Amino acid sequence: MISFQKVTKTYSPQAIALENISFEIKPKEFVLIAGKSGAGKTTLLKLLLVEEKPTQGRIFFNGEDLSKVKTQRLPELRQKIGAVFQDYKLLPSKTAYENVAYVMEVIGATEEEIARDVDEVLEIVELKDKADNFPTQLSGGERQRVAIARALIHRPEVILADEPTGNLDPYHTLDIIRLLLKIHEFGTTVILATHDKETINSLEKRVITLENGKIVRDERKGRFIF
Amino acid sequence: MFTNFKRIFKFGWASFSRDGSLVAANIFIMVMTILLVSSLFLFKDISRFLISSFQEKADISVYFKSDTPELDILNLKEEISKIPEAKSVEYVSKEEALQEFTERHKDDPVLMESLEEVGGNPLLASLNIKAFEADQYQAISNFLDESPSYKNLIEKVDYYQRKSIIENIFSITSAFNKVGIGLSLILVMVAILVVFNTIRLAIINYREEIKIQRLVGASSWFIRGPFLVQGTISGIFSALICLLIFTLICWFFSPKLEILLTEPNLWSYFTASFWIIVLIQFATGIGLGVISSAIASRKYLKI
Repeated sequence: MISFQKVTKTYSPQAIALENISFEIKPKEFVLIAGKSGAGKTTLLKLLLVEEKPTQGRIFFNGEDLSKVKTQRLPELRQKIGAVFQDYKLLPSKTAYENVAYVMEVIGATEEEIARDVDEVLEIVELKDKADNFPTQLSGGERQRVAIARALIHRPEVILADEPTGNLDPYHTLDIIRLLLKIHEFGTTVILATHDKETINSLEKRVITLENGKIVRDERKGRFIF
Repeated sequence: MFTNFKRIFKFGWASFSRDGSLVAANIFIMVMTILLVSSLFLFKDISRFLISSFQEKADISVYFKSDTPELDILNLKEEISKIPEAKSVEYVSKEEALQEFTERHKDDPVLMESLEEVGGNPLLASLNIKAFEADQYQAISNFLDESPSYKNLIEKVDYYQRKSIIENIFSITSAFNKVGIGLSLILVMVAILVVFNTIRLAIINYREEIKIQRLVGASSWFIRGPFLVQGTISGIFSALICLLIFTLICWFFSPKLEILLTEPNLWSYFTASFWIIVLIQFATGIGLGVISSAIASRKYLKI
């Protein structure tokens, strides 16, 4: 489903974010991308969202070469991916409900579909009673749950989560990880970038460990080792 | 397609109604610009009218000695009419001059008394000559100087007394036209830059939001559309405000201006040109809103 083939990303000769990375992710996999801050986790996810293009190498998503995707094709491609970010990236001028509904509106869903699905997803993330709150009126954990609801509302093939628990306390962290596991159980591929030891050790999933932009380990049931 | 259009309009309206202070700042600048553009339109027509009325008032008056036979004056009138520069020549007899004088000064007892004291008709017969253009008066004046047979009949030519005034009026009006056009162009350019910059600043505010919308898969038009709708709504509101301000100004100042200038009547001019003014104001408002939003949002859509 996703294939990185000898991918290098440099911002300048001194700033090498990723160096000669190769790996594959199969459909319905749950993969953790581990590593210290600056190891290249975020760059890797940015390449998948085509926020950035690789300096060398090729990235395939469902057989399509992402380094050659034209700007006009980006919306369609991104609609197949749900993204969750450490800083939530919610639209500040929209309520929780509107933030989640926005993705449905983008893909051209009908009003009935939107009303039905948004309610259902807000129910899953336990935020139905805060649907009319603006992001500033929500706590960090609640904002991240809205972001997850937004990422899964249109049933994407893959969800990318970049340090989704980075700004949260352990209690909320557990909440978010449980949600991601639930989404994975529904059959969605999940790629979770994190440096949280507890999360990595407790999940017992595949872990790709990055260090200075290189893959140092790729284990089926990985553990936190630095 | 229709659903998307409806949504774009809904988002545009939502951001228009939610971003109170930004929208107010935009509308304020747009109102200033539209007022400027429509004032230029009004000003251009009024100044054209004033210039032509000044030109109408400029003339040469040739006064004849009191014993000059009317026939000689009429002969001269005939000859002056043949000068290509002369637009019209009007003969005012002594009696007509007196009649006009008493009519004009009937409310001034001092003047009327002095006239009675002098006795008879002290006024002189005259020819009022108008030229087509300001610079043609010199040619007419030269003609009078160069006709010795008539020179003896002439008491005075008031062109020399009024020469500087006439020339001043024309130099002022032509300078006024040149400066006016230059100044208007500069002001319009400044206004467009200010509006564009205000909208650009507003959109910089949305930079993060646009980036997020791109990342969740929104197309360029889905993001840009609401900005264009917001720009259009701001333009319509600004135009409506301007129309109201303009109507009030014309309605309020029209009677006051009438004291200074009998013509043109500002209010009747405004009502006669109402639809053109509406068109100018709405076209300027919507045009500014849409163009500025389109250019300003383009930069952030390349993610």
